[in-house]
Amino acid sequence: MATATARAAPRAGILARPVAPMGIWSWLTTIDHKRIGILYELTAFIFFLIGGLEALLMRSQLVQPDNTLLGPGQYNALFTMHGTTMIFLVVMPLSAAFFNYIVPLQIGARDVAFPRLNAFSYWVFLSGGVLMNLGFLIGAVPDMGWFAYSPLTSSQFSPSVGVDFWVVGLQVLGVASLAAAFNFLVTIIQMRAPGLSFMRMPLFTWTTFVTSILIVLAFPVIAVALIELMFDRLFGSTFFNVTPAAAGAAAAGGDPILWQHLFWVFAHPEVYILILPAMGIVSEVVPVFSRKPLFGYPFMVYAVVSIAFLSFTVWAHHMFTTGLSAIAMSFFAASTMLIAVPTGIKIFNWISTLYGGSIALKAPAMFALGFIAMFTIGGLSGVMHASPPVDTQQQDTYFVVAHLHYVLFGGSIFALFAGIYYWWPKITGRLLGDGLGQLQFWLMFIGFNLTFGPMHFLGVDGMPRRVYTYSPGMGWELWNVVATIGAFVIGVSVLVFIFNAFKSLRTGERAGDDPWDGMTLEWTIPSPPPHYNFVEIPTVAGRNPLWLQKHPELAGRHVPGADPIATDTGHSGSEGSGAESHDGHHAVHVPDPSYWPLFAGAGIFVAGFGVLLSAGGNLSLLAVTGVGLFIVIVSIFGWSLEPVNEPVQA
Amino acid sequence: MTRAGSLRPRLITLSCAILFAISAGGCTQLANPSAPQSTVFPGSDWGRMIQDLYGLIFWMAVVVFVGVEGFLLYTVIRFRRRREGEAVSQTHGNTLLEVAWTVVPSIVLLMIAVPTISTIFIGDMPPPVTTNPVRVTVIGHQWWWEFRYPDLGVVTANELHLPAGRTATIEVTSADVIHSFWVPKMGGKVDAIPTRINTMWFTPDAAAVGEHFGQCAEFCGLQHANMRMRLFVDTAANFDAWVQQQRAPASAAAAGDAQQGAELFQRSACITCHTIKGTNAQGTIGPDLTHVGSRTTIAAGMIDNTPENLAHWIRDPQGVKVGNKMVLPQVSESDARLFAAYLQSLR
Repeated sequence: MATATARAAPRAGILARPVAPMGIWSWLTTIDHKRIGILYELTAFIFFLIGGLEALLMRSQLVQPDNTLLGPGQYNALFTMHGTTMIFLVVMPLSAAFFNYIVPLQIGARDVAFPRLNAFSYWVFLSGGVLMNLGFLIGAVPDMGWFAYSPLTSSQFSPSVGVDFWVVGLQVLGVASLAAAFNFLVTIIQMRAPGLSFMRMPLFTWTTFVTSILIVLAFPVIAVALIELMFDRLFGSTFFNVTPAAAGAAAAGGDPILWQHLFWVFAHPEVYILILPAMGIVSEVVPVFSRKPLFGYPFMVYAVVSIAFLSFTVWAHHMFTTGLSAIAMSFFAASTMLIAVPTGIKIFNWISTLYGGSIALKAPAMFALGFIAMFTIGGLSGVMHASPPVDTQQQDTYFVVAHLHYVLFGGSIFALFAGIYYWWPKITGRLLGDGLGQLQFWLMFIGFNLTFGPMHFLGVDGMPRRVYTYSPGMGWELWNVVATIGAFVIGVSVLVFIFNAFKSLRTGERAGDDPWDGMTLEWTIPSPPPHYNFVEIPTVAGRNPLWLQKHPELAGRHVPGADPIATDTGHSGSEGSGAESHDGHHAVHVPDPSYWPLFAGAGIFVAGFGVLLSAGGNLSLLAVTGVGLFIVIVSIFGWSLEPVNEPVQA
Repeated sequence: MTRAGSLRPRLITLSCAILFAISAGGCTQLANPSAPQSTVFPGSDWGRMIQDLYGLIFWMAVVVFVGVEGFLLYTVIRFRRRREGEAVSQTHGNTLLEVAWTVVPSIVLLMIAVPTISTIFIGDMPPPVTTNPVRVTVIGHQWWWEFRYPDLGVVTANELHLPAGRTATIEVTSADVIHSFWVPKMGGKVDAIPTRINTMWFTPDAAAVGEHFGQCAEFCGLQHANMRMRLFVDTAANFDAWVQQQRAPASAAAAGDAQQGAELFQRSACITCHTIKGTNAQGTIGPDLTHVGSRTTIAAGMIDNTPENLAHWIRDPQGVKVGNKMVLPQVSESDARLFAAYLQSLR
């Protein structure tokens, strides 16, 4: 594949850049946003299966009162890991998979702004996910809940190193998220095709942009909180510890409520980090399958931005039972209710997009419609516990479990499946079977409602969450049986998806460039796209450029005469060396793969692992962390010094 | 092709509306009045204020639910694709509509926010009835509840007694991690946080006389699920009698098994953790046992307080409730029976 033309300024790095197009090393060293997207997708899907298995075990335990399938320690570990996994290792990376794969295609770019940083994000994400789950191997699984309330997390009440796995794992995942968020911000600001102004960007790109801002602002807060918690546990500091070190000693003076503030200042925006990309996907799918442009585009954009802004003003609604003042409760009640306004705007605009359209009820559309219907329910129950007095009856009951799953499963997961069915043909070149897709949708939709619908009733009937058992006679038996049945129906629906995926990869119908009659730039290029994406960077003259190009008669008020997608031949040659590309197109410049992101990610893994080794009490093992950080520093040097492309050997 | 004239969409709309009305109406019937921890059948003034607010929001949510989901379903069915390549009018938006669905939900939310905020302030103020209130300090422990009545000189565990018709002011704190005090029949939960005291009040209804269930509502570690409690709302006379009984020191065991058990108890490690007023047992780690025989349950509402259960608990506390702080040397079956006889006699 190497080209014969000499490149400018051949200069060797510490390690030669790998150039193999195929094989394991080509994946380990890839910096192609599409391959990284696929890696995110596969990894997240494996974690999805793990998190789902954890859920099935919990539902099996709760199927009858006084069940002894699981002990309390096992159950507590399972709900901690289920929550942590689904949030940080499933929904976030599945969204990141689409950020990676789709956003550069939607904005007409050849890659993200920092391709090696992108690979680094993935490897650090994988390190964090593995560190988080490592406790399963030594029987020290985090078991204090995904919210890790102090002082339960202190070494006094949680002496097991399970908590340390969670702290280190989450800290490392934060590094990955921050690196990726900065990357996507720069990519979207800097690398949009000519003419693709902000107010012409597809909604999914918009939600990626806004989500990245949320990550950049929210993750530093949890990073600080996690460092403080780590110091409390490892070195005996007293940020959150309240209990004296020894009997008779002075109170430690920490404040457990400080943890709750720090955690929720992060974790409420995190909820929107999970839902905004899903809203973006639905905003792509609904117009295409209705053959209508998105209704009220500018309002949809404003709504996303307002939701993001408001998400930083509502955190204490998770703390209505902690004894906040009446003034504080009133403020957070009002700000929380306010979020329903932009959320409502989105729902009304989606339905208005559908209204008057020609709605093709294909699998992606089914999942997107499922999202709208289920997310509405989650939104309504959310308004209920926005009211603090009402919330004091609902908080920490199954009512909240129902609510959050209607938002994050009925919302995010349904939308992510809509995205999978929608973009799968672009990624693989083949369609997923629509019949199996419909089957999966209905199984998942029914299973979902069987599982989480009854949890509203369980909550109203007073069943607390995070309990491994309950007594007979509480009136909770029936709905627990129904919920468990529903959970297994969801399990079956996931198996149908896996079957569908394998079937599609082997014998699926060829998709072609544009199987759905799409509207945006990703459908203008082949499926799967060549690794340089666009032969020539397009120039865009409107929203939904492909739609306008295909259906000029529908353009309406569109500027007559302007070509919706023009190719700017001068643009594509402006960077790089002017080398001939592989299939004869001129001047497609793509940097070579690199070992360094992988090594830097591995260094971070070693550094995190060192903290875990020393969590047993032997602080000298922190030397391992030193080794890991050394690897990171060496990698950064190697990274900085390597040329864009490996100089061609004679 | 025009679709508006056909009868079918209207039939679809009608059936959708009926379906939604039934399902929404069904929801209110699905709350189970016989569930001992139900949150929607209040038995106190504060509980009723919460319930009124919940009812208001619930019914507004039902209206929005029926409207939005009905319109969505109607739209999807009405505008489903009937043939490929249908020409579709390309609407881009409507500013008036956008303003409408910004303003209307805002008004709806205002209708919720105003009573919400007034209820918040009512809950934050001193109780409306301040004559002769009952003060209780609730202390959460891993994994049991300590109840102290500072004005009455009563200390008990896991079973709270309150008189009907008198306002109870509850001060909630914790001895270790965060717990949450919650008896749904009386109202919402309040977190028990170490170093802090949170207060709440409620006045049990006369109609609420009887036994009510509650349990810890903030995850507090291994046995969070078994950190339960009972609330007994008593008539005024019964409450006074209960207080008199609880204030008294432990009754001296007369003879037989109970007396042998008392001797065993005083020589055992039990006294380092438990208090039995009027004896050497003055420990403060575990629940006060002065009147443990008068309680209906043991192990924080987990099992009934019978001689057999008590003997089983003493022989194998970790088997009954793994992780609890009661660790003691193996007790023989006969000794356990004597212990149980003694503790049962402490009424």
